[in-house]
Amino acid sequence: MTSLLVLIVVVLLGIAVWQLTKIFDLTQIGAKKENSEIANDNDNNVNGYLMFGFLVFIYLTTIFCVVKFGDLPLMSNSASEHGADYDNLMWISMILIFIVQTITQGLLHFFAFKYRGKDGNKALYFADNDKLEFIWTIIPVIVLAGLILYGLYAWTNIMFVDEEEDVMYVELYAKQFSWEARYAGQDNSLGKANVRYIEGVNTLGVDLSDPNAQDDKQVSELHLPVGKKIVFKMRSQDVLHSAYMPHFRAQMNCVPGMVTQFAFKPTMTTDEMRNSPDMVEKVARINKIRAKKSAELVAKGQAALDSYTFDYLLLCNKICGASHYNMQMKIVVESEADFKKWLSEKPALGKVIKDAKAAEAPATEAAVPAVKAEAVKVDSTKALAQVK
Amino acid sequence: MSAVGHDLSHDHGHDHEHHHKDTFITKYIFSIDHKMIAKQYLITGLLMGIIGVGMSLLFRMQIAWPEESFGVFKFFLGEKMAPGGVMKNDAYLALVTIHGTIMVFFVLTAGLSGTFSNLLIPLQIGARDMASGFMNMISYWMFFISTVIMLCSLFVESGPASAGWTIYPPLSALPQAIPGSGTGMTLWLVSMAIFIASSLMGSLNYIVTVINLRTKGMSMTRLPLTIWTFFVTAIIGVVSFPVLLSAALLLIFDRSFGTSFFLSDIFISGEVLHYQGGSPVLFEHLFWFLGHPEVYIVILPAMGIVSEILATNSRKPIFGYRAMIASVLAIAFLSTIVWGHHMFISGMNPFLGSVFTFTTLLIAIPSAVKAFNWITTLWKGNLQLNPGMLFSIGMVSTFITGGLTGIILGDSTLDINVHDTYFVIAHFHLVMGISALYGFFAGVYHWFPKMFGRMLNKNLGYIHFWVTAVCAYGVFFPMHFIGMAGLPRRYYTNTAFPLFDDLADVNVLITVFALVGAAFQLVFIWNFFYSIFYGKKATQNPWRSTTLEWTTPVEHIHGNWPGEIPHVHRWAYDYSKPGHDEDFVPQTVPYKEGEEQLHH
Repeated sequence: MTSLLVLIVVVLLGIAVWQLTKIFDLTQIGAKKENSEIANDNDNNVNGYLMFGFLVFIYLTTIFCVVKFGDLPLMSNSASEHGADYDNLMWISMILIFIVQTITQGLLHFFAFKYRGKDGNKALYFADNDKLEFIWTIIPVIVLAGLILYGLYAWTNIMFVDEEEDVMYVELYAKQFSWEARYAGQDNSLGKANVRYIEGVNTLGVDLSDPNAQDDKQVSELHLPVGKKIVFKMRSQDVLHSAYMPHFRAQMNCVPGMVTQFAFKPTMTTDEMRNSPDMVEKVARINKIRAKKSAELVAKGQAALDSYTFDYLLLCNKICGASHYNMQMKIVVESEADFKKWLSEKPALGKVIKDAKAAEAPATEAAVPAVKAEAVKVDSTKALAQVK
Repeated sequence: MSAVGHDLSHDHGHDHEHHHKDTFITKYIFSIDHKMIAKQYLITGLLMGIIGVGMSLLFRMQIAWPEESFGVFKFFLGEKMAPGGVMKNDAYLALVTIHGTIMVFFVLTAGLSGTFSNLLIPLQIGARDMASGFMNMISYWMFFISTVIMLCSLFVESGPASAGWTIYPPLSALPQAIPGSGTGMTLWLVSMAIFIASSLMGSLNYIVTVINLRTKGMSMTRLPLTIWTFFVTAIIGVVSFPVLLSAALLLIFDRSFGTSFFLSDIFISGEVLHYQGGSPVLFEHLFWFLGHPEVYIVILPAMGIVSEILATNSRKPIFGYRAMIASVLAIAFLSTIVWGHHMFISGMNPFLGSVFTFTTLLIAIPSAVKAFNWITTLWKGNLQLNPGMLFSIGMVSTFITGGLTGIILGDSTLDINVHDTYFVIAHFHLVMGISALYGFFAGVYHWFPKMFGRMLNKNLGYIHFWVTAVCAYGVFFPMHFIGMAGLPRRYYTNTAFPLFDDLADVNVLITVFALVGAAFQLVFIWNFFYSIFYGKKATQNPWRSTTLEWTTPVEHIHGNWPGEIPHVHRWAYDYSKPGHDEDFVPQTVPYKEGEEQLHH
């Protein structure tokens, strides 16, 4: 059935093309016939007007997209401190692009229309003009100099973290196909870690001989206190991943064998973001779409979709394998008090691992003690990923 | 002069005897004639293009209608990759990867540069053939072998390479991480190594030919811009392709011999691997040291072709010839020091990010100069809107639209949030994909009479252009918006994130435009193959052009010119020069007494 439909569509398309050539042929009536595969005045006329039409099409497409999709881009309502600067720079660049695009496309297509060829017309012999060349070299230079300076100023602010500042360290840990996070605990210092220490519940490979590691806390949902600068230390255990937090204008790759870093200060709690007018509108729009889809699903006898509530997300944005498309972690931004309460309920890593070992020990120790000892032994001569 | 040239200089006059010497095999298969090799590149490139675009349609359908069952999936992907007609997620990644590889390397590098460098360099500089016809033949056949190996990799049991066309390790190094990184990846690397060797041989040939075999009077400043761009492209290729080869070799070592160039501290499938001390970031540096110049390898020949066609069909000199050369050289130089803008958030030192932002945004200056010069070339012209001309104007248009968003992606700060999203896809498909493709189509429409002695049907050409132009915008313009909404690329489906539910409609729109646009490429394919045999016979100089290739006979002969090679007396752009009756003065016409001279 589908193939029949496809066949019909193909045949119809063929007929459409054939008809279209007929239209072009009709424009040829009265034209000179010497070599009809070279554009003549009629072709120039038709295509000149089409060029003008195409200019209108570009402008209309732009307007249509801005009106219809204009509130999709993340260019306002950022949830981090540096996000305001980011959005600002984005707006400046976008407006600049919009102006240049409108002017140059206008000139290009208008010239193509205006100077469409006509038998007997003669083109202007105009090969060089140093002044013009100079003008359109120097204008981009000035504009770009401005953009580069603003860009580098923002980049430096974002990427170079002031060591003196009061920050909180959090480790983001990526693996196929999920995220985990580790808080530094009371000492605000993450214990050393390496994949070679991975064993049992110690899924992050934390080095338990490091005193800094004892009070670390491992979680699978990221909570952040609002208004505090968070320095993320990122690791990956298998392939490249990228920690992408679009609402915070934050992204950094997670690279096996090294620790990468990105820092930002969240400025809006999850609740504040949910109640912001932009987000209320977006969520309503999404829920409308989901309701429609649910109706279709229910009609087919399948389960309806849940209604959507906004949450900040951490997405993987570097191709990492078959389930790359579904590697996410929820982020909750909350008040400092709520955050402290949440974190205090999480057990410290040193204790978790000790308990797990204790539970396991009586069962395995008697059976295969030698093998067990072997597995725990780690080659200490090998370089370990240093986690501050 | 090569043996071929020598042979032919006293061969003219008894052509029929010459035909006896050419067997089918030496004429059509193992030909050392640059014109035949150009056609071989063109047709191979076209076939690869059909496969590459076809793949993109399959995965576009999956994005628009996620996890739905389609007969075409079942037909093309089989029960293993699309059980019940539903595309599997690793099949999706495989399609994305091979689509990228085929389009970037086989279609836009070999198909574009290989075709037109081979065809035009000897014809436009006035040479009997390439400096080494034999090496040229080897170059084509190695390219052919590499395409065959790449296609074979589609059929291996564990599937073709699926780590993205950028093949970042560790994903590309570990079959445990993705099945495509088994035999499929090995074949990918072998294919690419052979392709690089082919590309190097071609490039060396182009460089040597342009430097040594120009006819009398053809100084460097009289060369058509096509030759300048092919020449500079070849230099970039020679500088950067070997670096990719070294990266591929080191990756082969890591994969097969247990070295640790790119791998370190990996725990996968429940075990720690022995790799220690390598860095995936090193691979990214090596890859993009080629990868970025590569986009200029793709776009520069298109720029040259477009410059030539715009001038010819505007009946005007190209505006700012010297500025055009200077900008090509500037782009070529800068292209080798901007690779880091693909790696702003790779974990490299942020200070490097600052440096690469600076160099990257600089490249906008020569690009802007080129765009303004093209537009000025149209001004007060007498535009002959042939299909080739339409595609050239279209190329300027898409180059501007796509290029402008480069100032966002090239800015390390702004890159943070749009890196690896659909915004990037929209940007590079417009600025190097569609633009280079338009350059390719423009070249085919313009030089088809030179290649096959027949004309392409212009009305089919017009339909081809206008539908393609509308669909290209329809596909890639809305993509900017979903990219800025934070939609990551290479997602098998976006349904795992309700956050992206309001982008689903946009994705359907994009896919519909893609399907229609691709369907109309069949018009071109039909026109192309039909016209080879049944097109209208071409005259010697159908576009009334000034350059040397149109002084050769319509019927191809070894050695290009039956008599002596013509001498050149003027630059390539004397269109509508005052004081001449015709609106073009071929390069072979000597200056009149007292005539103003441009470019000695």
